Amino acid sequence: MTKVKLLVAFAAAFGLWTSAAHAQENVKVGVIATLSGPPAVLGQQLRNGFALAVKELGGKLGGRDTEVVVADDELKPDVAVSKVKALIDRDKVDFVVGPVFSNILGAIEKPVTEANVILISPNAGTSTFAGKECNPNFFVTSYQNDQIHEVLGRYAQDSGVKKVIVIVPNYQAGKDAAVGFKHKFAGEVLDEIYVPLGQLDYSAELSRIAAAAPDAVFAFLPGGMGVNFVKQFRQAGLADKITFLSAFTVDESTLPAQQDAALGMLAGSNWAPNLDNPQNKAFVDAYLKEYNAVPATYAFQAYDAAMLIDSAVRAVKGDLTNKDAVRAALKKADFKSLRGSFKFNTNQYPIQDFYLVKVAKRPDGKYETEIEKKVFSNYGDSFAKDCAMK
Amino acid sequence: MSGTLFLVQILNGLQLGVLLFLIAAGLTLVFGVMDFINLAHGVQYMLGAYLAVAFYGIVGNFLAALVLALLAALAFGLLLEFLVFRHLYERDHLDQVIATFGIILFLNHAVRVIWGAAPLTLAVPDFFTGSVVIGNGLLYPVWRLVIIGSGLAVAAGLYLLVSFTRLGMLVRAGATNARMVSALGVDIKRLFMIVFGFGTMLAGFAGIMIAPIISVEPGMGTNILILAFVVIVIGGIGSIRGAFLAALLIGLVDTLGRSFSVDILRLVMAPSPARTVGPAIASMLIYVLMAVVLYVRPTGLFPARGR
Repeated sequence: MTKVKLLVAFAAAFGLWTSAAHAQENVKVGVIATLSGPPAVLGQQLRNGFALAVKELGGKLGGRDTEVVVADDELKPDVAVSKVKALIDRDKVDFVVGPVFSNILGAIEKPVTEANVILISPNAGTSTFAGKECNPNFFVTSYQNDQIHEVLGRYAQDSGVKKVIVIVPNYQAGKDAAVGFKHKFAGEVLDEIYVPLGQLDYSAELSRIAAAAPDAVFAFLPGGMGVNFVKQFRQAGLADKITFLSAFTVDESTLPAQQDAALGMLAGSNWAPNLDNPQNKAFVDAYLKEYNAVPATYAFQAYDAAMLIDSAVRAVKGDLTNKDAVRAALKKADFKSLRGSFKFNTNQYPIQDFYLVKVAKRPDGKYETEIEKKVFSNYGDSFAKDCAMK
Repeated sequence: MSGTLFLVQILNGLQLGVLLFLIAAGLTLVFGVMDFINLAHGVQYMLGAYLAVAFYGIVGNFLAALVLALLAALAFGLLLEFLVFRHLYERDHLDQVIATFGIILFLNHAVRVIWGAAPLTLAVPDFFTGSVVIGNGLLYPVWRLVIIGSGLAVAAGLYLLVSFTRLGMLVRAGATNARMVSALGVDIKRLFMIVFGFGTMLAGFAGIMIAPIISVEPGMGTNILILAFVVIVIGGIGSIRGAFLAALLIGLVDTLGRSFSVDILRLVMAPSPARTVGPAIASMLIYVLMAVVLYVRPTGLFPARGR
């Protein structure tokens, strides 16, 4: 009897609690990013970009008060999974925004989407979820990873580069980068150099590159690896002789450390701080003022993710209980992207323009990438055709 | 594979070797003389680099920053010795490992709090920028030659110090039998402190010299510490000569392995698998070498005499 009483009391309490929760409470967004270890800079950019957007919207998304819960995935897939589960089960978030790294995305995509929570990736865009495994609860505001490598491949092809050496870390994303580049480049690849992930000193590899004397180097060396490679590339006297093409190797998160060594180096991107439109100008100024740093793609894509959520919450008039309506509203992408033209492909990855960007020094002494030329217009990824969604 | 490329790769190997020696020298002395496992030695290397960046920001002159950073690294090492390590000498190795590991975590986080998580950078001193041409047109950065030169100079200085001075004699004696040295009336605590401070300073020096080449970031000391342990195991614990030769050996094996493993494998495999297998084998080489040395000569190649 007491057991039944207890159960009833529990049920009543639970019922009360859930009905209370249904009253107009806050929109809850969980942000998961890498905020510790050397790649913390990237996660901070992501977090800051999102926070800036929420702040500019007066602490609201779609007109409703918003609570942002930030979690650190520590760049460990198992940690990331337990953190997103806490975001979903304990914090009851409506949206999860993150992560930075593709291997983390691989770990958290299922737990989030299967809980019928919407996952918006403001950076990682693996091929895995772009094709057959595409998911109605999963949106990407960055790009499909391969597209960036394809930008460099196409540019190398168009600009008459004949011989290239590819240098990438010896793991899946590194191999994907080499494949993406070669997909658009028909010239000769003299050598593909695979280095251990996290290598700091490239003396041996640079000597090999110098001896082979290619027209260009294609490097995919994210974070600290790129900082070191770029500096040593310059020190070895190669920067004046060999065109430096790169993906995720020179950007606003690494430039404070690379500085003059990176000047003139080329990269592929879907955006740059000097991209000319009014909303972007305002964003860069506000970010500089708030964080005293030039925003990188991580920040702008997270900002766009917040604006995307804002547009969807507004479209459903704040009612997040009907998930179908929320998804449909998200898919319309009815917001002003900082990159200008933006819409979702059938697989809910963006269709957008891609640019070749070049490292330059700003008048204020800081460094940024600047648009050099447009390489692809309204470019969707090649995996969308395998996605069953319409 | 040209002769010039081979020569350049040997220089690269030497450069890595002398860097490892600077770190391993202090480690092997502390381990050999005090029987103290100091995992936090790599943190001193990181700290040297950070201090150099910080002082360079203040004084704007590399040489002055070098001297100030060395002194600060020494002072900090002595402070750590006084606060923490001194109380651990009598404890067993597990306690030492746990305590010094704690220091790694603490200091890695401390530098992040002070200097931020973003990698920092130090410019190559103006006088040593640029590169020299070696053989048929291959360029070699002058700063790497400076590292090789200064590392060799430190090695020579250490050799003279250890072989021909009274302090060196005590260090050698301490490495052989610390208890006996103490029984003969030498203030062993003071000796320990000097050895420790000196080792710390060498690690800091390595960090300062490498800062213009690699990015200065939290945790940069951790990987290099593992290599330094490999060096002292191969060289023989407590032996400066062993540390020197083993460091050069490791530097050369690692660099030449990374440079030529793919080319060598291509002779027997298709190019595509060779490209993936080559780097994997190259990164294992030094550990294989260590295993072989341990099997053939368990005390290392050049053990401190009397052990």
